[in-house]
Amino acid sequence: MLRSTTSNWFGVAPAWLVIGIFGLLPMFIMLAISFMVQDPYGGVEWGFSTEAYVQFLFERDLDDSLILNTIYVNIVARSIGLAAMTTILCLIIGLPVAYFIARQPEDKRNLYMLLITIPFWTNLLIRTYAWILILTRNGVVDARLQWFGFEPGTFDLLYTNTAIFIGLVYSYLPFMVLPLYASLEKMDFRLIEAASDLYASKWQAARHVIIPLARPGIVAGSLLVFIPSIGAFIAPELLGGGKRMMLGSLIYFQFATARNWPFGAAVSILLMAFVMIALLVYARAAKGQGLPAGGH
Amino acid sequence: MAAGQSAVEARGISKVFPGGVKALDDVSVTIRENEFFTLLGPSGCGKTTLLRLIAGFEFPSAGEILLHGLDIAHLPPDRRPVNTVFQHYALFPHMTVAENVGFGLRMQGRPKGEIDRAVDQALALVKMADYGARRPSQLSGGQQQRVAFARAIAPRPQVLLLDEPLSALDLKLRQAMRGELKTLQRETGITFIFVTHDQEEALTMSDRIAVMSAGKIQQIGAPLDIYESPVNHFVADFIGDSNFIEGAIDTIKGDAAVVKTPDGIAIAARMNGPHKAGDRIAVALRPEKILLGAGKLKGEVREAVYLGTSTSYVIALGRAVTLSVREANDLSGKARFAVGDTVKLDIPAGAARMLAD
Amino acid sequence: MRQPVGHYPGLRLWTALFFFFLYAPMVVLVAYSFNVNKLAMIWGGFSTRWYVKLFTTGGIGEAAMNSLLVAVIATCFAVAIAIAAALVLVREAGFRGAGLSNALISMPLIVPEIVTAVATLMFFVMLKNWIGFDLGLGNIIIAHCVFCIPFAFMPIRARLQDMDLALEQAARDLYADAWKAFRFVTLPLLMPGVVAGAMLAFVISLDDFIITQMISGPGTTTLPVYIYSMIRNGITPEVNAASTILIAVSTALVTVYWYVSRPKKT
Ligand SMILES: Nc1ncnc2c1ncn2[C@@H]1O[C@H](COP(=O)(O)OP(=O)(O)O)[C@@H](O)[C@H]1O
Ligand SMILES: [Mg+2]
Repeated sequence: MLRSTTSNWFGVAPAWLVIGIFGLLPMFIMLAISFMVQDPYGGVEWGFSTEAYVQFLFERDLDDSLILNTIYVNIVARSIGLAAMTTILCLIIGLPVAYFIARQPEDKRNLYMLLITIPFWTNLLIRTYAWILILTRNGVVDARLQWFGFEPGTFDLLYTNTAIFIGLVYSYLPFMVLPLYASLEKMDFRLIEAASDLYASKWQAARHVIIPLARPGIVAGSLLVFIPSIGAFIAPELLGGGKRMMLGSLIYFQFATARNWPFGAAVSILLMAFVMIALLVYARAAKGQGLPAGGH
Repeated sequence: MAAGQSAVEARGISKVFPGGVKALDDVSVTIRENEFFTLLGPSGCGKTTLLRLIAGFEFPSAGEILLHGLDIAHLPPDRRPVNTVFQHYALFPHMTVAENVGFGLRMQGRPKGEIDRAVDQALALVKMADYGARRPSQLSGGQQQRVAFARAIAPRPQVLLLDEPLSALDLKLRQAMRGELKTLQRETGITFIFVTHDQEEALTMSDRIAVMSAGKIQQIGAPLDIYESPVNHFVADFIGDSNFIEGAIDTIKGDAAVVKTPDGIAIAARMNGPHKAGDRIAVALRPEKILLGAGKLKGEVREAVYLGTSTSYVIALGRAVTLSVREANDLSGKARFAVGDTVKLDIPAGAARMLAD
Repeated sequence: MRQPVGHYPGLRLWTALFFFFLYAPMVVLVAYSFNVNKLAMIWGGFSTRWYVKLFTTGGIGEAAMNSLLVAVIATCFAVAIAIAAALVLVREAGFRGAGLSNALISMPLIVPEIVTAVATLMFFVMLKNWIGFDLGLGNIIIAHCVFCIPFAFMPIRARLQDMDLALEQAARDLYADAWKAFRFVTLPLLMPGVVAGAMLAFVISLDDFIITQMISGPGTTTLPVYIYSMIRNGITPEVNAASTILIAVSTALVTVYWYVSRPKKT
């Protein structure tokens, strides 16, 4: 219209420069590095190798034969399992909450939204750290139990899968409630009246009206919870004690201590593959529903 | 027409939007200095597009637009001495009324004293002198409309473009504003190009009307010409109500002809275009021009709908022709005929008009 | 009494429990930061001694300064870049690169943080080894800028989408050239979106831990990285105090923003 195409590119050029060079390019370099050879002093040596990917499934014996190694497969299974469970639990907790808030008068709705956004914008590290105080031996809960005569350590969940699970749900619950609320808030509540007018019971109305209408929010919220959960680092590190690794901590470990760049890069690529699959599922679910095609 | 008289002239304008919509198709029109010119047509016919081309928000795919003889088709809007009153006013919400009205002059870099004077004048003209310090959100719809108008005339444009400026107002206000706009146009002497889909608005305010349909201009003329002498089916149907009767020309005598329907009903009609006896044509006939109670034709009342000041009948003539007829009610307010009555009717010479298509 | 249609029993209680779950850990943390007892878990009475200790031990001041510096600069760049991009991507209907540009801008939202972190780390190490490119704190600012752009972009784009194009056309109609129309009409009307975008970018930058942890070196520690190193050294009351400060800052920012941006009743 008023501006030509050249000046259009001019407008998006800064974004392309910054994200392209410092966001996208490093991803491609990482892909390349995943096919290189480890340099024991950190960094990489030139040369093509699929060693990093082989290492994921097999261990090399002294005579160079391959033995199946399930450590990393276990980590993948734990990551996917915990992320899926986190997503489902967040949905179960979040849907009734979002529905309740969406039915409040406007003033209250806004206040509830503020209360949900505060944790959303509060540092994840700190929010996770707070759970250490609660879950640990002699922690807030255990200490109360001791008052009632229980043994110290009766309640000690720290460094368990359960602890990681609680931490993940706690971390990403707001990511689920916000999109759920966004789709329920737009809902015309007369539709529920119409359903009950047409002989639907409460639960039939929930099943056939509310949940279908909340679907865009369910799909978006699930994506927003699943992606950061599967790559989580803070919760497994602080609440799993770094022993019960997830993909995020495995990657971190390759750079912080093991100094195995190609392997770390390969695991990152694997994680990206899971994210892509989740995005594809989302895109399919979102199709024809007027959902935004991207993530957040 | 002398060249000096033309304010805006569009020559062979076409506009194709990306995606292939042809909004304007070879439109040519000349708008005279100081006239109140209306673009009238159903929604989607390209009125707004033509206006936006004159304002400079879009550029034509073909053709030229002359302003006082100079081609302006490729100048940006800020370089055209033409201002727009937007459909939903587009008042700047973050500025006061006075700042809104003064915006154009400020952008032109006029001295402050001059701006202030022009703002006061423009606001006085639209009877909003006391509202300069308010924000647009603190005004009613009608008041916003006045401010939008003041803002557009404050820089004294040569041509003012108005895109359905009254459509957002309620009926009473809309009717009142018609008179005011007409008066303002006369007082300021600015050429108005007014867009509407409301025929009543167009007929009451305009010096001339261009009736548009599907990206083309169908007819240009004074309100009386457009109403009394529609050139084609579209214009006759869009402006007011019409009966359309098909038949063949029986005899021609100068400007008058007799058209016979297949049933053998003879109707006197005015000629339109070069036709000869035997041609199959259609005539348009206004319901209020048909006289009931006397005449050579005979019909049966099928429907009678009371409309307050008048009654609308549907009358069957023979098997194939039904006419809608409107007649003013008499002093008692009652309709003269009832369903089932047989009535005589007369179509006076000159009431029916042949159509070009 | 009959309940109205659409009402389900227990929702209020469920929501109350939800908020308890959301806030209890933070409340515990804040409470323990005021615990006089050295043993973090045993309540000994109210005291602010850990805050005093925190500020006298040093290190944290520098970390806080770094955090602030990084957040302010990254936010400024991100907002400017986001405005330029949004103007094109929202307003120019036929722009060919729109789909790709939108995808690029939302990329940092989709990639897990840990992946961004290690990819950025490797990239910076290579830049340093090969061409000697190392800006120290500047590296962190660049990395933050990348993931702040989408957060700045979203509210700015939303605001622009809601804005009536006719307003800018009216400005052009009234003799404003392209720049003046932007300066006097578009930008002032865009301001709420700009402020929201800046707020989001700022908080996101201030909160970032994983990416900064990966690429920061000596002298470029930020507050979350500093707190993490404290946690690694054991649960101490100072960690609680430092965490409480960060919670207070986020809460204050979000609440202030909420009050400012709330739709006003007339
Ligand atoms: N920016 C645009 N892009 C594509 N098509 C358009 C655009 N603006 C208008 N049109 C199309 O052009 C035709 C004429 O539109 P318009 O001039 O707004 O009609 P009117 O004002 O008479 O209602 C319509 O079919 C409309 O859909
Ligand atoms: Mg229009």
